[in-house]
Amino acid sequence: MTESNDTNTQWKLWEVFTQKKTGLPHEHAGSVRAADAEMALLNARDVYSRRNEAVSIWVVPSEMMVASTPEDMGPFFDPANDKIYRNPNFYKTPEGIKMIS
Amino acid sequence: MNKSGLTQQEALFEYCLRIGDTSLILGQRISEWCGHAPILEEDIAMSNISLDLIGQSRIILTYAGTVEGKGRSEDELAYHRDARQYRNLLMVEQPNGDFGVTMAKQYLVSVYNFHLYEMLSKSKDAAVAAFAAKSLKEVAYHLRHSSDWVLRLGDGTEESHRRIQEAMNDLWYFVDDMFQSDAIDDMLLKAGIAADLSEVKKKWEQMVHATLDKAKLVLPVANNSLRMGSRDGNHTEHLGYILAEMQFLPRAYPDAKW
Repeated sequence: MTESNDTNTQWKLWEVFTQKKTGLPHEHAGSVRAADAEMALLNARDVYSRRNEAVSIWVVPSEMMVASTPEDMGPFFDPANDKIYRNPNFYKTPEGIKMIS
Repeated sequence: MNKSGLTQQEALFEYCLRIGDTSLILGQRISEWCGHAPILEEDIAMSNISLDLIGQSRIILTYAGTVEGKGRSEDELAYHRDARQYRNLLMVEQPNGDFGVTMAKQYLVSVYNFHLYEMLSKSKDAAVAAFAAKSLKEVAYHLRHSSDWVLRLGDGTEESHRRIQEAMNDLWYFVDDMFQSDAIDDMLLKAGIAADLSEVKKKWEQMVHATLDKAKLVLPVANNSLRMGSRDGNHTEHLGYILAEMQFLPRAYPDAKW
């Protein structure tokens, strides 16, 4: 979405990704407004990691994000549904292995 | 107050009040922004800083009560002392003014606390050292946050530059008060407990001068109307109003629980 109209005086929107523990993937936490990257990082820290929820934070300008559209749903995701052999359902997860879903 | 006859224990009690009261009053002040900050993110940031500072004051006021040995808790010290018994720096009780004044004040005190706590983390008093080491991480963040704003506002628009320059000029009256040392500092410095305020001052000046320069701000000129007196509880008129608001509830309802 573009925000080019003159009445919009808000700062740029940034998407925030936080990592809960070293080794885990960064996950989308939400968004913040900020004038530049450093401010975005500080704001993200204050809004999304107030109580030690993260060990690492990424901020990305929202306008740089490219997303799939609802029309993509069929061609993007359906082909995988009827090929059960593509899924690792038949493997047993060794005991003691965490963080695998 | 006659300080010459103090025992080391009494001096340490006073010293803890100076640190704890400064954090408490600055925390109370910045909490006034809660719900009023320019943007939601900044509102949360300032509330976080406020809670950090109040948390710091809880630790060191609790310790002050232990050192004093008269059974006074952190709450008794916070809520049942009047302005003359408060030992916070004059700087932190000054009104918030606009966002620029608030950030200028936050910056000048954060630089001070950063260097003070860095030295106190090597204190021979284990409780003071532990307090300082823990608080230093929080203060490092407050410093990053507020110096970022000093740079932004100083090197920003014509209006933001004018406002933060005026804020620095006005707050400069209270800079010397931060570095006043007395018999209590001397006694505890000799014992390896306190920090050398003349050393803190050198580091403070170095950092502040560099930041102001980078922010295109002019170093305010010291003049002979500098205010001092926080060490003896001689405050500006603003502290009474802060305490009236902060202490109303526990004084009106002494047994209130929340």
